[in-house]
Amino acid sequence: MTSTAQTQETTSVRNRIGAAGWWRRLQMPLTHLVLIGIGLIWIYPFLWTVSAAFKTTAEMFGGGLNLIPKNPILDNFVRAWTVANFRVYFWNTVVVTFAVVVIVVLRTALTGYALGRYDFPGKKILRAALVATLFLPAGYTIIPLFDLIKAMGLLNTRWAIILGESGGAHVVFVLLFAGFFASLPQELEDAAKIDGAGFVRIFWNVMLPLARPVIATATIMRFMWSWNAFFIPLVFTLARPNLRTLGVGMYAFVTEYSTDWTGMAAAASISLIPIIIVFLLLQRYFVEGVAGAIKM
Amino acid sequence: MKKASAQRRPVSRWRKLDRYWCYVFIAPAVVSYVLFTAWPMAASWYYSFFDWIGLGAPSEFVGLGNFIEAARNPYFWQAFLHTFQYMIGLVALNLPLTLIMAVVLNNKRLKGAAFYRVLYFLPVVTTTAIIGIVMTYIFSPFNGALNIALIKIGLLDKPVHWLGQAATAMLTVVVVAVWKGFGVNMLYWLAGLQSIPEELYEAAKVDGATGVQAFWFVTLPLLKPVGTVITLLTITGALQVFDLMKVMTNGGPFFATETVSLFIYRYAFGQQSRIGFASAAGIFFGVAAMIVAGLQSVLVQRANAERVGRQRVQPTAAIEPVAGRPPTGV
Repeated sequence: MTSTAQTQETTSVRNRIGAAGWWRRLQMPLTHLVLIGIGLIWIYPFLWTVSAAFKTTAEMFGGGLNLIPKNPILDNFVRAWTVANFRVYFWNTVVVTFAVVVIVVLRTALTGYALGRYDFPGKKILRAALVATLFLPAGYTIIPLFDLIKAMGLLNTRWAIILGESGGAHVVFVLLFAGFFASLPQELEDAAKIDGAGFVRIFWNVMLPLARPVIATATIMRFMWSWNAFFIPLVFTLARPNLRTLGVGMYAFVTEYSTDWTGMAAAASISLIPIIIVFLLLQRYFVEGVAGAIKM
Repeated sequence: MKKASAQRRPVSRWRKLDRYWCYVFIAPAVVSYVLFTAWPMAASWYYSFFDWIGLGAPSEFVGLGNFIEAARNPYFWQAFLHTFQYMIGLVALNLPLTLIMAVVLNNKRLKGAAFYRVLYFLPVVTTTAIIGIVMTYIFSPFNGALNIALIKIGLLDKPVHWLGQAATAMLTVVVVAVWKGFGVNMLYWLAGLQSIPEELYEAAKVDGATGVQAFWFVTLPLLKPVGTVITLLTITGALQVFDLMKVMTNGGPFFATETVSLFIYRYAFGQQSRIGFASAAGIFFGVAAMIVAGLQSVLVQRANAERVGRQRVQPTAAIEPVAGRPPTGV
């Protein structure tokens, strides 16, 4: 880079091309080398976890950095799945995540549609109230939330976690949907009306299918947050271990059996591998979905 | 939004019906807003004026007593300090590193950029609490992979208890947090980079700008709007850190990494739960966080205003179509 800067002062165009030549040829292989090197360190924790999950305790502590288990065993997985109850935690996480995603995406799409395409009394207030939540200090809302769920009689059910997670205003999603629906041409709606479609059918059959990019963004973001969630599931399962999600179950497991390295690794693998597979299969949507969130 | 409603012709009967449907559509949001956002917020403000252990109705009104107690509690200020240390560490490491990676991956001549994007994004999709736990084993002084590796290549003589001593615990968590959240900011920067029109770089090249100059005078100014949002998101996320701290250090050793979220959790769910005090501490900190976020956007706005005053042509015009456009397609 510095050599290009120096040659620039001589202003000889031919010189510049010559000096840039070797850099140009070496730049890409060097970049790949660095990127792959960092990449290996990057995914090392995952490789370490999966490898430890197949090792015996003796090999775990005596094997140093060796990643390939000598005699792969499945005992750790059996122990994590049944004894440590990860079978239950896994199912809890799947159900909670699915329900939260459906509730949140549907609700924010409906709100965004009304806000984005129509004028109605109270619209400004709703918009202001939603945006205000981004700025007002919330205090410590988990306690009132806990009381609310209790008053609804849902404490110690999965609904407690689902409602706790999906209850947030999700302002960004609403604004994304509103912005998108506002950008769709009025003619689309008029044409559907002439064909005899009502408000709901226009939304469901005409507008919503067009909003796929926003739906993808909202789904992916909310899916990651829910699968990752820790605080709300932790608080709502303090009294009911059977409702724990994977993250909370993992925390409880290591608090109790901190010396069981291989059991921990197997439990972590059970939690991590499925999500990594989902991610690799749907990577395009993840990448576009996350990038879409910032293009408001 | 205004445009769409201004264009609309009065369609009389339909419009009235449409309005009713609008209320039906916003009803779920309103109900959930009132129940799960507005009420808990108002309730936590209310609780903050009571000395209350969370059983029965709050009865012992103490006025601003909880706020004063929090302001006098050295552990609270320590937690404040730790939270800001974490935030500054994360911002200082995450933002530049993710930007560099985004610039590298944005190079059109780099083959396999999509592969690297997926590779570096991978930690984002994994559960923070689980990753934090795995990391406590990797950073462990007893047989932890990091210590073994560092001793093997001769950088260390004996294992370091990374999470067990005050001097290294915070930095260790910050490093893990940078790794964990790297992919999101990388993708955000990439989205910003891809919105910069190629012609600007060609123009810079014609003017004789080097790669570094083009980055400094073309890329960076144009990334400012996106950069502001990324910084704000990173700051607000960092101030709320809970999962990683809870599972990696639980505030230890000896409260050396106790952040405000852990401090409040300790008071709300610890041995003696003091909900009123926890709520007051939460509001106290929320106001502080609001000031930090406000300060950041004021500073950025002022910087932007200066820039626009100096050279009021291309930059904003170039970024606007992208910023206003719905994400991808249609």
